Amino acid sequence: MAQFNYLNELNSLATIDGPITRGPLQRWAKKSNSENINPSLSTSLKNTSNLNISSCNQSMQKLSISSNQSYNANVLSSNKTPPRNENKKGKKTPSKNKSPGRSTTPTPTPNKATKTPNKADRFIPSRSNSNFDLCHYMLSRDDDKGEEIVAQKAASEAIGRALTDTEPGRLLQYTCKAPAAPEGYQNRLRVVYSQAKVPSSVKNTTRYIPQAPDRILDAPDILDDYYLNLVDWSASNILAVALGNSVYLWNAGTGQIEQLLSLEGSETVCSVAWVQGGGSHLAVGTSSATVELWDCERIKRLRIMDGHSGRVGSLAWNLYVVSSGARDGAIVHHDVRQRDHAVASLAAHTQEICGLKWSPDGKYLASGGNDNLLNIWPIAQGQHYSQPQYLYSFNQHLAAVKGLAWCPWSSGVLASGGGTADRTIRIWNVNTGTNINTVDTNSQVCSIVWSTHYRELVSGHGYAQNQLVIWKYPALARVAELTGHVARVLHLALSPDGTTVLSAGADETLRLWKCFMLDPSKKKEPTDTKAAKSLLNMNTLIR
Amino acid sequence: MSQQQTKNCITLRGSAQIICEYLKFAMNAVLFQRGLYPPETFKTAQQYGINLFLSDDPQIKDFLKNLLTQSEEWILNKKVSKLSLIILNVANKEVLECWDFNVQYEEGDVELSKEKNDTVGSKDLKKIQQEIRDVMLQVAATISYLPFLDCRCSFDVLVHAKTDCDIPEKWAEAEPVAITNAQNIQLKSFSTSLHKMETVVSFKLVD
Repeated sequence: MAQFNYLNELNSLATIDGPITRGPLQRWAKKSNSENINPSLSTSLKNTSNLNISSCNQSMQKLSISSNQSYNANVLSSNKTPPRNENKKGKKTPSKNKSPGRSTTPTPTPNKATKTPNKADRFIPSRSNSNFDLCHYMLSRDDDKGEEIVAQKAASEAIGRALTDTEPGRLLQYTCKAPAAPEGYQNRLRVVYSQAKVPSSVKNTTRYIPQAPDRILDAPDILDDYYLNLVDWSASNILAVALGNSVYLWNAGTGQIEQLLSLEGSETVCSVAWVQGGGSHLAVGTSSATVELWDCERIKRLRIMDGHSGRVGSLAWNLYVVSSGARDGAIVHHDVRQRDHAVASLAAHTQEICGLKWSPDGKYLASGGNDNLLNIWPIAQGQHYSQPQYLYSFNQHLAAVKGLAWCPWSSGVLASGGGTADRTIRIWNVNTGTNINTVDTNSQVCSIVWSTHYRELVSGHGYAQNQLVIWKYPALARVAELTGHVARVLHLALSPDGTTVLSAGADETLRLWKCFMLDPSKKKEPTDTKAAKSLLNMNTLIR
Repeated sequence: MSQQQTKNCITLRGSAQIICEYLKFAMNAVLFQRGLYPPETFKTAQQYGINLFLSDDPQIKDFLKNLLTQSEEWILNKKVSKLSLIILNVANKEVLECWDFNVQYEEGDVELSKEKNDTVGSKDLKKIQQEIRDVMLQVAATISYLPFLDCRCSFDVLVHAKTDCDIPEKWAEAEPVAITNAQNIQLKSFSTSLHKMETVVSFKLVD
């Protein structure tokens, strides 16, 4: 049994939680009556904190050696008083506790027996004698002292450090200074710090917009490159997605997936664009500066068109003309029917072109580049490619202009979005060359798509929320935010029926959002009201 | 002898080189992480098992190179106690942030030093690099709590040297700097067993 007791004691030593959790402590407090404690207090108050605890310990000794030892461990070497002498003075302790190391766990029963006047088996503690408050105060005050000492040490260390700063020594500097940041440079971390949760100006609409994607598709190896255009949804309901060096076709109706092509070596696909009107021809821009034309019905390459010196990151169709924008900043118009396909070439930008869109009426070509410019090119007379001189060059954006979209219902209205340093969406009237509206999105704008059913547009964003935002046009009030992507939303595409928006994220997923669903109740409404009216009429007739 | 061969041995010069290499990467990391210079002027480099950014700006490169070759000499001769990288507002020269790199000199491996008649350490290089990597990761993490530097900034390095230290050409004495309402944060420290490097960042607390 003795060894178990010893183990128990060791356990109790190991758990130094606090004065309250310890059972024996309270019993000690109860046992040592006020006369016993007060003298020790009066001396201890004069003493330093360490002695203070030792005096407490002495009185504690009478009952529980285990707790005394634990406090010894706390105080470290302060308790010099041999416990046994003390024990002899206070006769109350049973003689068992002579050897502290091997002593059993405190056994208050004998004490109890002597204290309680009638020898009943019930123990009633006399709380008036125990001075719990005082004891607890003493103990906890010592703890505080300990903390204070630590704090003082830290403070003195800090002072010491400050002193070493001013210790006699030389402060030297190299006189050829490093340059300051370039003029006009804005800390790119601005976006991190100014990113605030946008006040909920999200306008309530009667329309229900599902907050979760309808479907999530995997897009492994999709390039996380802001400057590319890797997704396009054809009018015949086939989605072309470029993943790394391959192009895949996803039939949205049947869910079938086909691989269209896979480039060799380290080449990657940089852009895809479907011909207008639901044809099966797909233009593919590659990193080797070529534009390939594919027939997706026969899975056959029709031709390769060159003309660039950098990767082709953007493509736009205008009937039989495919315009390509490349890293070299040039736009080349390819007439895909002709042998000499390059019908015109424009030195459009000084840096990579990342956004390129023909207006739905084919009158204007909009191009956005990494040089922060948005250029509008008018169509050449009698042709389907643009003039070599731009109509407007807008320099209001402060970052690369990638998100470009022409309004499908209002001619000459263009939405453009800027990159990380800009974060605005601007609406332009190209007929007049004016900036109709601007909104700060607080996040990089990666792409923009207009709805065909609603007077709304949706934009895909990067850091911090990687969300899609639906905006009401023309007020540009937020209608809804669709979150779910864990990395920036690089590309957006609208389904041919106009109900679904596909977003391609850098998190290698494609998400389908049914955010422009036509409200079935609204469509039925007219017929329903008619029916109701007729019913009412019936009623009146019956009466 | 064979035992000695297997035992890792860092000379004083080698240790000073490790320290200066750390200073180079740490200072570049500060310049990059705090957004002092455009990110496109940095290039990545593999070091300590992580990708770190080094400025590609010739002037900055030159500045740091000159600074660190001189500092290495000083560290070798135990002349330097601290290097402070201070970040200044270009417009009003106000000090916004101060990165202190405290150098402490340690004994090294005494037994091995006696054997070799030279002060050497015997700490495993892998262990040192691991420790440095931990510090670098902490430096990268500082952007989460350091205030945004919303102005055009420049930086300078002040060397806290001993009084008996000569001032070489192109060097000059500097005035001590102070940050008003400063808050200090100590990052992890590492040691090569000959030098101990403490990294402390102080910044202006904006309320």
